[in-house]
Amino acid sequence: MRKITYREALREALREEMRRDPTVFVLGEDVGKYWGGAFKVTDGLAEEFGDERVRDTPISESAIIGTAVGAAITGMRPVAEIMFGDLTALAMDQIANQAAKIRYMFGGQAKCPLVIRTPFGAGVNIASHHSQSLEAWFMHVPGLYVAVPSTPYDAKGLLKAAIRGDNPVFFCEHKLLYPIQGEVPEEDYTISFGRADVKREGSDATIIATLYMVHNALNAADELAKEGVSVEVVDPRTLTPLDKKTIVESVKKTGRLIIVTEDCKTAGVSAEIAALVAEEAIDYLDAPIKRVAEPDTPIPFSSTLEQYVIPNEKAIIKAIKEII
Amino acid sequence: MTTDLPKEKLVSMLTKMLEIRYFEEKVFDLYTQNVVPGTIHLYAGEEAVAVGVCSALKKDDYITSTHRGHGHCIAKGADLKRTMAEILGKKTGYCKGKGGSMHIADFSIGMLGATAVVGAGLPIAVGAGLSVKLRKSDHVVACFFGEGASNQGTFHEGINMASIWKLPVIFVCENNLYAMGTRQSMAMAIENIADRAVAYGIPGITVDGNDVLAVYEATCKAVERARKGDGPTLIECKTYRYRGHSRVDSAKYRPKEEVAEWLAKDPVKRFRERLLRTNALTETQIQQIENEVSLEIEEAVKFALESPFPEPEEALEDVYA
Repeated sequence: MRKITYREALREALREEMRRDPTVFVLGEDVGKYWGGAFKVTDGLAEEFGDERVRDTPISESAIIGTAVGAAITGMRPVAEIMFGDLTALAMDQIANQAAKIRYMFGGQAKCPLVIRTPFGAGVNIASHHSQSLEAWFMHVPGLYVAVPSTPYDAKGLLKAAIRGDNPVFFCEHKLLYPIQGEVPEEDYTISFGRADVKREGSDATIIATLYMVHNALNAADELAKEGVSVEVVDPRTLTPLDKKTIVESVKKTGRLIIVTEDCKTAGVSAEIAALVAEEAIDYLDAPIKRVAEPDTPIPFSSTLEQYVIPNEKAIIKAIKEII
Repeated sequence: MTTDLPKEKLVSMLTKMLEIRYFEEKVFDLYTQNVVPGTIHLYAGEEAVAVGVCSALKKDDYITSTHRGHGHCIAKGADLKRTMAEILGKKTGYCKGKGGSMHIADFSIGMLGATAVVGAGLPIAVGAGLSVKLRKSDHVVACFFGEGASNQGTFHEGINMASIWKLPVIFVCENNLYAMGTRQSMAMAIENIADRAVAYGIPGITVDGNDVLAVYEATCKAVERARKGDGPTLIECKTYRYRGHSRVDSAKYRPKEEVAEWLAKDPVKRFRERLLRTNALTETQIQQIENEVSLEIEEAVKFALESPFPEPEEALEDVYA
């Protein structure tokens, strides 16, 4: 199968959906022909679809999302890009109070088919305002779906499903994933929300990991395999809805759970997954649940500091060895 | 221009104003009887704004509304029974009891709902305007908000966006002088919100918001400009709310003289007198309309009171499509 990058996979999803459905359009800061998106995801789309459908906006995050909400409830399918995940804080009312609640508050009258794409993640020395992983914020808002693709294949299939669905989707990307390559078929496909993917099968321990951490988890699993430890790596792919069944089944099989996420540990994604397993499969656990996540600090600038806070293979291997 | 308005139009405007006034008086009565759960933000006193604006719109044009939204719904043509039922938290209400007084919507008449976050409706109205433009339809969007909202970032972000993209949005600022208890002069150094339009390169007009025909005329011009593709207009309507901000507020921060001055400019009374003075309607005809509206409100109250509450488990429905 051909290989393309995560960035190209996202761009293909946008291009194919925009060709398929004239109500799909893209808006955001510098997404148009002069820049093509800060991470080049929308590069080339304005040339094909024009400035009206690939719409550069002023630096107004709140109005970008609010405008997308207004367009979504009146028949369009906007895909809004927020340049960095950290900046979603500027648009939080429109995301959490408007987009997420507009259907419920009005008794099901409205559909809000809106996708908000944004990159999270640390590792490129851009410090506290451009490096956070805030997925958990959005898991905590009923009415939103949250996608966390880790591969080009998942990125394309989930983005297409997000655009075609009738609910607001908070679509988390990761800066370090944009250049990675992976197999993506030429033909049309979508990935249903709420279906985890077992990225590697194993029998001694389960790692639940998201976004870039899936790759660190797979590397750690490779290392441990050399020592005869068989690790299963499960990627939820969407946090809302969360595929509880696949997670619980894997834990029942291996009896050991390590959760690896890049967000802060306290009240993070890993806390929710740990609570789920404690509620539904505690009797199957042979050891305490381990969480490998960022410490509760802002993301620092200097490499020595930044690399210290990002969960790496070594930390994952150490955590697994503690419970094996 | 307004003197040439057909009689049916004038009757419709008076009827809507009376509906709002009587409806709000009834909501207040029901609240004193402890039948209305939660809080209420009554529109009484501001009727000329909602009716003046909505009378200049087509039935399927869009509006966005605020926490003080009953008047906008009624002016746009919402059903009084379902509106009242929603305020009482009933299953038969517009939002099946999930929204209440601050979140009424009727998408079937372009009423895109009331948001209770001050200023949040502006970008949503801009998005509806963008949708109209992208779909190449000729609808317009009227966006209601108060003068307090004009200090929110969304006001500036939203109007700027509508301006650069020449979107068909009419920004209607209901300046009732107070943001809760904060007098306008405490929150901004300008007298007219319309002056803020200059910063976005669009027309800004201040009108007597207690004169329904003045509001109507200003809106007609803004609608014409919007439908031609020339972009948005900011209309500031100076008006006054009769009650406090919400149910717990007796509005003691407002000087008695000020209240008396505004009561003398009552929008319903003024329009009534004007219709008599210009021989548009007779006293008998007006009384007949008043009686009909009273009956209509009684029926709405009866419907709402007799309607069932939603089943508890319905709380779990409508989160996702």
